[in-house]
Amino acid sequence: MNVYLKQKIAFSVLFLCTLLVIVPVLVILAIIFVKGMSAIDISFLTEVPIKGMKEGGIFPAILGTLYLVLGAVLFAVPLGVLSAIYLVEYSRENFLSRLVKLAIVNLAGVPSVVYGLFGLGIFVLYFEFGASILSGSLTLGIMILPVIITASREALESVPKSFRIVSLSLGASKWQTIRHSVLPHALPGILTGTILGLGRAAGETAPILFTVAAFYLPKLPTSIFDQTMALPYHLYVISTQVPGIPENVRYGTALVLLLLVLLLNLAAIILRYQFRKRKRW
Amino acid sequence: MSSEQSIIETHSLNLYYGKFHALKDINLAIQAQRITALIGPSGCGKSTLVRVFNRMNDLIESVRVTGEVLVEGRNIFAPETDLITLRKEVGMVFQRPNPFPLSIRDNLTFGLEIHSDYSKQNHTEIIEQSLKDVLLWNDMKDRLSQTALNLSLEQQQRLCIARVLAMKPQIILMDEPCSALDPIATLRIEELMQELKKNYTIVIVTHNMQQAARASDYTAFLYLGELIEFGETKHIFSAPEQKKTEEYITGRFG
Repeated sequence: MNVYLKQKIAFSVLFLCTLLVIVPVLVILAIIFVKGMSAIDISFLTEVPIKGMKEGGIFPAILGTLYLVLGAVLFAVPLGVLSAIYLVEYSRENFLSRLVKLAIVNLAGVPSVVYGLFGLGIFVLYFEFGASILSGSLTLGIMILPVIITASREALESVPKSFRIVSLSLGASKWQTIRHSVLPHALPGILTGTILGLGRAAGETAPILFTVAAFYLPKLPTSIFDQTMALPYHLYVISTQVPGIPENVRYGTALVLLLLVLLLNLAAIILRYQFRKRKRW
Repeated sequence: MSSEQSIIETHSLNLYYGKFHALKDINLAIQAQRITALIGPSGCGKSTLVRVFNRMNDLIESVRVTGEVLVEGRNIFAPETDLITLRKEVGMVFQRPNPFPLSIRDNLTFGLEIHSDYSKQNHTEIIEQSLKDVLLWNDMKDRLSQTALNLSLEQQQRLCIARVLAMKPQIILMDEPCSALDPIATLRIEELMQELKKNYTIVIVTHNMQQAARASDYTAFLYLGELIEFGETKHIFSAPEQKKTEEYITGRFG
């Protein structure tokens, strides 16, 4: 066969495979958008559900998900970034540090329902936080911890070694070097990890199933020890557990969850772009 | 030589990287406000030696040092040595120009902020003075807030020198500071060094023998971790006492 023909075939196959990747994404988006758009209006977004969720809005679930994501990020980002700094800048390469790194990678592979059970055991029952925003946030936080640590580690390792050496040669202490010469340049990468974690925390159902999510709670949480509704679980409930929910409400809820995650990501991406614009090397 | 004052002295300095004996029994006295060149073939230990003087070798885990190194009369390997003070006194300029990806101003104030012993209004003066010292002030005074990465390599290297000067050190260590620069820029940096030696002691590592001959007052020739010969540059290059030195400077090896 002609070399050029082979070349063309190879190119076409590779291109088609790449194209196939975006098809499911577009179809999912299209179906949800078309079927759910009609449900979305101001009252759907701002009112509490009534009549066994058959009418009213989904505001408590939106707010609940926002609280949970915020809580998870508040817990996991400082913890994750600080431990990444320790692993990259301070710990020496030895058996223990390799074990820790291996553990982090494996933590990322644990199924989310296992996190849910873990959260139930530790936070809900042992620490007696009950089914609450606190328990749910901590559970989600632990779930996204490996993502944040791994991304932060990679971001820190990608900061040129010369920055550290120059900083030390100017008489900076190790901590000043990390604080002023390393961390600012690693921030965009750390934010990327946060974005990934954020999306995951907003969308997961299993970890919040036992730790926070309420089946039907038509009022807003007033403290972090309250239960709350949350979008992913609410979607599961109205799709499978309660008969007679209009289809456009179910798809509308999915659309809101999708838009919420996109919005959170967008905010983080803009923030990251601002940092990148300032720091270049 | 004896009439002048030495600012750095090493006594029986030995340095090991793990089992590798990188510096062997070095005894050297570097004169204040002079330019001392360290020359020798690759791997002879000249970069290692210059990094002893601000203890940058400490960053390498397996490093071990015996003997004494006196900087301004104090043994810098004594346990009470404060590395922060030492590195403020003994600044370093590296092979590749390595400004931070920050503005010109922030590059210069980096050291000041870290040591936080200068008040803010002094910053402006210090920025101006250190840029004047490296002959960048006229070009840079109107664009201090632009990023340092858009400067030419020569300007970047000058900025790195200014960054060291801003800390008001006594000694400036230069590790092949011109190897990334073109010949014209190299000559201009050498001219700058002649200006700087009025106020500072300079130790320069170079693999460029013409540079050592042109720009330095004293030359130390190292070979395989040993100090073969040390003396006034004009003697070393016109009438070396050791056969090895002669072979090296006439280009027979290295």
